[in-house]
Amino acid sequence: MNPPFSAIFLTTLIGAGQGLFLMLFGAEVLLGPVATLPQARLFLAIGSLVSLALTAGGLIASFFHLGQPQRAWRGMAMWRTSWLAREGIALPLFMAGVFAYGLIQWFDLGGSLVIGALTAIVCLVLYVCTGMIYVSIRFIQEWSTPLTLVNYLLLGCASGATLATVLAAFSAPGLVIPFAILAAVFKVAGLLTRSASLLRNARLKPRSTLQSAIGIKHPRIVQKAQGFMGGSFNTREFFHQRAPQFLRSVKWFFLLMAFVLPLLLLVLGVTQGSPGLLLLAFATQYFGLVAERWFFFAQANHPQNLYYQTIS
Amino acid sequence: MTQLALVIDLNVCVGCHACVTSCKQWNTSGTAGSLVDLNPYASDPSGTFFNRVQTFEVGEFPNTQTVHFPKSCLHCEDPPCVPVCPTGASYKRAEDGIVLVDYDKCIGCKYCSWACPYGAREFDEERKVMTKCTLCVDRVTDQALPERERKPACVLACPANARLFGDVHDPESEVSRAIADRAGYQLMPEWGTRPANHYLPRRKTEIRIHPEDLERVDNPLKIDGKQPDVGHRGHGREDFAT
Repeated sequence: MNPPFSAIFLTTLIGAGQGLFLMLFGAEVLLGPVATLPQARLFLAIGSLVSLALTAGGLIASFFHLGQPQRAWRGMAMWRTSWLAREGIALPLFMAGVFAYGLIQWFDLGGSLVIGALTAIVCLVLYVCTGMIYVSIRFIQEWSTPLTLVNYLLLGCASGATLATVLAAFSAPGLVIPFAILAAVFKVAGLLTRSASLLRNARLKPRSTLQSAIGIKHPRIVQKAQGFMGGSFNTREFFHQRAPQFLRSVKWFFLLMAFVLPLLLLVLGVTQGSPGLLLLAFATQYFGLVAERWFFFAQANHPQNLYYQTIS
Repeated sequence: MTQLALVIDLNVCVGCHACVTSCKQWNTSGTAGSLVDLNPYASDPSGTFFNRVQTFEVGEFPNTQTVHFPKSCLHCEDPPCVPVCPTGASYKRAEDGIVLVDYDKCIGCKYCSWACPYGAREFDEERKVMTKCTLCVDRVTDQALPERERKPACVLACPANARLFGDVHDPESEVSRAIADRAGYQLMPEWGTRPANHYLPRRKTEIRIHPEDLERVDNPLKIDGKQPDVGHRGHGREDFAT
């Protein structure tokens, strides 16, 4: 596929925002009565605001994907069948939940555990919707695996936990260590599952071939003309137009930037007590995840490309 | 239930692209139009087409066959592009099985094109909505047209009669008979999309020549018995014409 930057920013931004919210709510549950202290409530409120800003950024990015953004509201209609429509409902719901949670913390309104729990459920549902958009396209074999869903969840939580560590370093020093441990755990888990999907995809055998595409059972079929010499949607949308070497370098780049470097920076930042290094860890990881998502799209081999191999 | 579809005879398609141009002409001026062409006369032209003719070479030289392969929306009976649409703009008509896009509902998210393994959908960069083959729904249902013209533009244009149009659910229809008699097949059956459009495979063209076809039974040169006898003086094939 030709990686769409709107979808890359949508999934990375809301992934981080969702992960951050899960960390905040987890902290509130674990802290118990301590979480009602003004200092803790301020931290949770600011954290909610950051989470809301990230998801809003993702929502804005998603509008750039649409040809007719003014009709975006229609995109919620087919929630019975379409994972995209389900995501379109879950995302604003999650944002509303985070907004309510932040308000409750800021004004100490009470009932934060109930609202937080409901929002956490919507948050997990949103991860599932985002992942299933890709998993459910069965003939894009690189995507159609439960690993895709697991990766969306773990990578989102990993970047969210790193961001929670950064925020804690500025306003809740007591939470830095637990958040950092969670961030490290999610990074390692994410590295494992993402590597698993890379290994799986490297061994994939395409189910569709030129033989099944045109229905002629002969071992040697060569396309001589795709039927037109100009450009078309089919030649633009489904191929990244880059050399295999470029793809390989992006793969190693994102493995380094999204997992290894941020982990080192995280450890350094915590041991040195430097919020700057932690912020750098998050920035590196976010940039790495953008590269990861680019690779996720570019690696997907759409069977329609079988029909568009030779101009003439 | 009716399922309108095309049956494309790869045995006679000559790759003339008449179906491509007539499709473009009809649909760019019909209800599905206009089909945008970006920079049509500049260095990097790009166009929207509902139908393309591709060419494949099968086999190794010198034993090769050139196969011209027209490709349009296959109007699947289980279309993967329809359930993924978040707005319901992409739908399959219950009455005749044609898969259509409601341009007034489409938000242009392109998800349906990702969900079509055949690459049958093309995004219109000017109207910013998804477009696709309509099976000329505005022609085939137009009661004002004479009966013989109620066919898709591509079918009417084909000079080799390589495109048949009809109801594949009616076992007595021309298309169903062609599929049954000539082993019509579907594309990428591995994904279970059950395309309504079928393709008729290439056939080996053979001529059977009987000895009596080479020589007249009542050849006067042999009546006097001086020439060697042919040995098939009885009734010939033509005497038992069916």
